[in-house]
Amino acid sequence: MTATRLLDQNRPDLMFSVDGVAVPAKQGDTLLTAMLTAGLGHVRTSEFGDGGRAGFCWMGACQDCWVVVAGKGVRRACTTLVEPGIEVIRR
Amino acid sequence: MKVVVVGAGPAGIRAVEQLVRAGVTPIWIEEGADGGGRITQRPPAGFSRSHAALYGADAGRAKRLHATLDALKARVDWRPDTLVWNIRPDAKVLHILANGAAQDEVAYGALILCTGAMDRVLPLPGWNLPGATTLGGAQVALKSQGVGVGANPVLIGTGPLLWLTALQYAKAGAKPAAVLDTTDFLTKARFGAGMLWNVPTLLRGMGLYAQLKLRGVKLHEDITPLAIEGVDNVTAVHWRDAAWKEHVTPCDAVAMGWGLKPEAQLADLAGVPFDYDATQQNWVPRKDAAGRSPMAGVYLAGDGAGIGGVDVAELGGARAALALLADAKLPSDMALSKHLDGRLRTERRFRAALEQAFPYPARLAARMEDSTSVCRCEVITAGELRAAAAADAPELNRAKAFSRIGMGRCQGRLCGTPAAAVLARALQVEVPEVGRLRGQPPVKPVPLQQVG
Repeated sequence: MTATRLLDQNRPDLMFSVDGVAVPAKQGDTLLTAMLTAGLGHVRTSEFGDGGRAGFCWMGACQDCWVVVAGKGVRRACTTLVEPGIEVIRR
Repeated sequence: MKVVVVGAGPAGIRAVEQLVRAGVTPIWIEEGADGGGRITQRPPAGFSRSHAALYGADAGRAKRLHATLDALKARVDWRPDTLVWNIRPDAKVLHILANGAAQDEVAYGALILCTGAMDRVLPLPGWNLPGATTLGGAQVALKSQGVGVGANPVLIGTGPLLWLTALQYAKAGAKPAAVLDTTDFLTKARFGAGMLWNVPTLLRGMGLYAQLKLRGVKLHEDITPLAIEGVDNVTAVHWRDAAWKEHVTPCDAVAMGWGLKPEAQLADLAGVPFDYDATQQNWVPRKDAAGRSPMAGVYLAGDGAGIGGVDVAELGGARAALALLADAKLPSDMALSKHLDGRLRTERRFRAALEQAFPYPARLAARMEDSTSVCRCEVITAGELRAAAAADAPELNRAKAFSRIGMGRCQGRLCGTPAAAVLARALQVEVPEVGRLRGQPPVKPVPLQQVG
């Protein structure tokens, strides 16, 4: 899934990492927005064998966008704001 | 008396406003980093769109709600980033998790639950693919992040949110590949007269429809969605039109939603009984017209207490707070209560017409193929659910024990409605007869070391 930046994107750039690879983002992005606009395609892999997942509800209800944030543990990508230098691990 | 309000959307804001007016200082708990709700959701710091650009026809409402919200924060015990994950009604205690890490308990004398709603979905083959989102999700992405879930999304579902989201995407520069409405024109027309109970909202809805047509967005009514196609990502939607002709519409995302369902898990844990509302095709927690639940000291308002929309949320939030104040023998504005009661009665008539004009297509859910996953969390198929029915599961909680439906990480939020339709058809009974998935703590996952 590739999310498209359409409006209100004049915000400071920053870098964070996903699975050890540097990824660009903008201040105010959620992890979900940052990962899907950067072309990563998915934010986790289903533990039931049906492939990648990229969230669904974008509002903290469906729990389909869990990622691991180093030092913080499991977080919902859709309700967690990106910060410079944070390390995200996809499961 | 310690009053706790859960939720800082339109209902919560108007409830807290009345409490503060009466000299009560509630604890006000909000799961998000800020309040505002969904219709009037605020982007994080750093975004700069104006209220007019963000909220369109709701800009005035958003401005008023946000101003009230901000003014109230300093006058109450404001707790953002805080999840209420359990309620123990016997002890009158809430279990909370602050900032995703800090566990605590909060005692309450009275409680107002304003917990909102989420999209109601119809499972389709391929809906687990990256690129599929809810309609509400597609709207949140645009409103709070300025991004589209795709550049050429197909929007499927029914209701005002379908048209509104499509128009917002078109205005933002995306090109919706198609807007696919499962409701036929006649059904909408038949209940249109009932929507005269709220003429401005009716006109807004008709305006949305007209603007989409003017912009050349392809609108199809009375359609049947067949499948979402793709390998690693959504690439097309397969659907059938009213004349039974099949189409494959290429797209890079799908946003889907058929009205809303209450996020009423906390009311459930608080011991409030639920009733099936046949008009809105939802189970709703029981309350009187003022928002009193049958549980002493527990009040309900907003979409979490039954879908009513943003007008009802604001009115109902204020009304529930006034009921709480009156019950506690505190100063309560009786004249305002009467006024709110009248407006809520009118809105209920409007809402009933709206729900009937844009029904949930339970017939499509009931007939989904055996291979379609009803549950996204654990990929449980309609076939597995039907097998549970055949193995003697006369209601949903029994089917849950047999098939794990509703046991996944979302706790049945998404699968509950379609699973009921599938099970009812398999058992040849009406949808309400299979019951509803009971709420379980934690209402959302909390770190394991936090439970216990």
